Formats: sequence, C-alpha cells, structure tokens
Amino acid sequence: MTVKHHLTDDLLMAYSAGDLPEAVNLIVATHISLCDECRAALGSYDAVGGAVLDTCDSVQMSNNSLNSVLDMIHAQDNQVQDKPVLAKVQDDVLPAPLVDYVGGGLDNVRWRSAGMGVKQAILPTSKDATARLLYIPAGTAIPDHGHHGLELTLVLQGAFQDEDGYFSRGDIEVADEDMNHTPVADISEDCICLAVTDAPLKFKGLMPRIAQPFLGI
Amino acid sequence: MFTTTVLSSDSQASPVAKGLEMRDPRKVVANGTNTVTAGIRNDVIPWVDDLLAVRDARDEAAFIRLFGHFGPRVKAFLMRTGMDAALAEECAQEVLVTVWNKAHLYDATRASPSTWIFTIARNKKIDALRKQRRPEPEDLPWGPEAEPDQAEVIGLQQESEQLGRALRDLPEKQRELIEKAYFGDLSHSEIADQTGLPLGTIKSRIRLALERLRHSMK
Repeated sequence: MTVKHHLTDDLLMAYSAGDLPEAVNLIVATHISLCDECRAALGSYDAVGGAVLDTCDSVQMSNNSLNSVLDMIHAQDNQVQDKPVLAKVQDDVLPAPLVDYVGGGLDNVRWRSAGMGVKQAILPTSKDATARLLYIPAGTAIPDHGHHGLELTLVLQGAFQDEDGYFSRGDIEVADEDMNHTPVADISEDCICLAVTDAPLKFKGLMPRIAQPFLGI
Repeated sequence: MFTTTVLSSDSQASPVAKGLEMRDPRKVVANGTNTVTAGIRNDVIPWVDDLLAVRDARDEAAFIRLFGHFGPRVKAFLMRTGMDAALAEECAQEVLVTVWNKAHLYDATRASPSTWIFTIARNKKIDALRKQRRPEPEDLPWGPEAEPDQAEVIGLQQESEQLGRALRDLPEKQRELIEKAYFGDLSHSEIADQTGLPLGTIKSRIRLALERLRHSMK
C-alpha cells in the first residue's frame, strides 16, 4: 500500500509532544498504523523529545524518592503476574487503535443513519474534539461544507475524491478553516472514513444547516 | 549484549567492535573514526547498557543508575508542563516504576533510552494533566530478525547523541521554542500568546530549527 496524503509536521510534532485532543491523537495513531513514512517521521520527533529531555535542566528528587520507587517495584514483582492476555481482535479495515475505541472489529461498529445512506458512529473520546466513523455509499457526495476549525479525514476502505485530490486507504486529508470541499465517494466501493473535527462543520446549503444539529455533524 | 568496553577509545581492540566491523564495515566508516566517536559513546551508551541490564537481568544496580540520571530530568520536564513539585515528584516516581515494569518492551534499535523514557513521561503527563487515554499506533509485526543488529544499535545511539548536540547548538531562540513545544504543554497559538510573537513567526522558527536539526543529522 502506498500512502500519498500524509500528516503535517505540526500534527506529528504535537502528537509526539502530547499536546493534541484525544480524538486527534486517535486519527494520528490510526494513520501511522497504515503509513511507514509518518511512523518514521514520528520516530524523529520522539527523538527530538528525548534529546530535549536529556539536555534540559534537572530538579532534585526528594530524599526518600529512590527508596519509595524501589519499594514499589519490589511490591509489584512479588505479586503474581497473571493478567489474562486478551486475544487481540484483528480487523481488515480497522487498525488496532480503532479496534480499541470501537471495542471490536467493523461488525461491532454501532452505526446510526445520517441520511442519504450515509451512516456514522461517534467514538468515545474527550470532548475537545470529535472522532466519528463515516460510512458513505459508493458514488455518494457529502454536502459542500467549510469548517470552523480543523477537519481530518482518513480513508479506511474505498476512496473519495475532492478538490484536493484522490484519497484511498491510508490517505489523510487535513482541511483547515479556509477550505470548502465536496468529497465524493468513489463509485467502485462503499467508503469508510475516520473523520475528526475540533469544531462543528458549516454547511453551505440551507437544508444541511438545519439538519446539522440533529445529525451531530 | 555489548559492554562499555566496546565504547572506549581502544574499541579497535575489542572483539565485539571487530565483530561489528566484520558484520557491517560500511556502517563503522560512515559513523566516523574511532577517535571522533569515542567520547560520544562513553556519554550515551551506558544508559543503553543499563536499560538492557534492567530488561534482561532485572539488574537493580543498573536501575538505580538510570533513576539517578533520568529521575531529576523527568521531574524537571513534568514541572515545566505545569505540575507543582509534589505532583511532579509523584509522577516522576511512577515514570521510573514504568521503566522497570515495561523494560521488556524496550528495543535499542528503535529508540535511545532518553527517547523511550521521554515517551513514557509524555504519556504520564497526558494521563495526569488531561486525564485522557493515549491512542498508540499499531505495533509493527516482528520481522524474521531475532537478534538485534548491534551495529544498528550503536548507529542509532550515536545519532541520538548527534541530535542532542545539534539541539544544544541551536540559536537560543529556536531552542527555546522547541523546548516550549515539547515541554510547555502549549499549542503553537498559546506559545504565540506567551511570547508575543505572531503565530507565523513561531511556526517558521520551529520549522527552521527542525531543518537545522535535520541538516546536522546528514
């Protein structure tokens, strides 16, 4: 698989630094699961973090600090460690981070209709951004919309096309406030995407704007 | 497992270093002469040795050395993210306990000890300050190669040291921004508020700093 549309440096660095909302972390982790190039880039950003940790100042630990830490590791090592190993669900469409949030594979997604054959499932993350799975029937267009904030769309199955290009499995589109676009799902297959927004979308037409509060998109 | 003797300036004589040369002579040449790398190796590789000793032998003395080096740094890092001294102390202790507990996951061909411990401290920060889960990418499937290539380990550790030096050599203003971005728990726009610099300037300075770092790694 060749991924053509990648994460921005800003997002990779912020993911490495741990400064992103949970939903954005989720889409970054999912993209990296599918993209060796961004995985390598993340390795570099983590290495910068390590270098910063190593070169910056230090603050003395309290006097009994070492003893408490040694007590903790001894206490844990004495406990019987037989945590049940959960059989990991493998899914052809959902990479591991999504399996985690869905609580299983694609069959376990609780879809809700969003009209026009489009289905969505909102994933449980902190409220500062929203992650949703979208199911878009082949050939269907998502209404033309702009954004108040950031919108990230990662293709998991099928493909879509918009003003920005052609996106297939593993590709991520990073759309900011200034962008209006009309993604159309490729005709060959139903399209499944992970979409993350940090603010509500703004639709251009009146109807979608009325429907928006009900659809939650 | 290699020992610190490999890293001394007479590594030419060390059987392990010879083994390395035989295994991948190009890598040794590419990493520079022994006289250049000798000093670096003494600085960095001991932490790899100690971490591997914790991983493979549950070596408590090695753990205590890691604690002595990384504990105060992790604590400083956590205080810079906005924790008070007491909370940072508690979290730093937990980070070091995690180092002990998760040592079996450490892969010296993929990360330096600083990098690995940084990621643990960062996750602790997210856990403590944001009270959120941290989704991690899917693990890569293990390749057929069972034994890590030691030349690869040394190469990676040397690169890490090179990166550290490049970071220290950055112009003050650029380095501060990188540190803020990693340690301040600040978004770029919050850094803009704090420093009074326009967002565009911040972004281009960070980009410039990263380019310098990249360039120094070539």
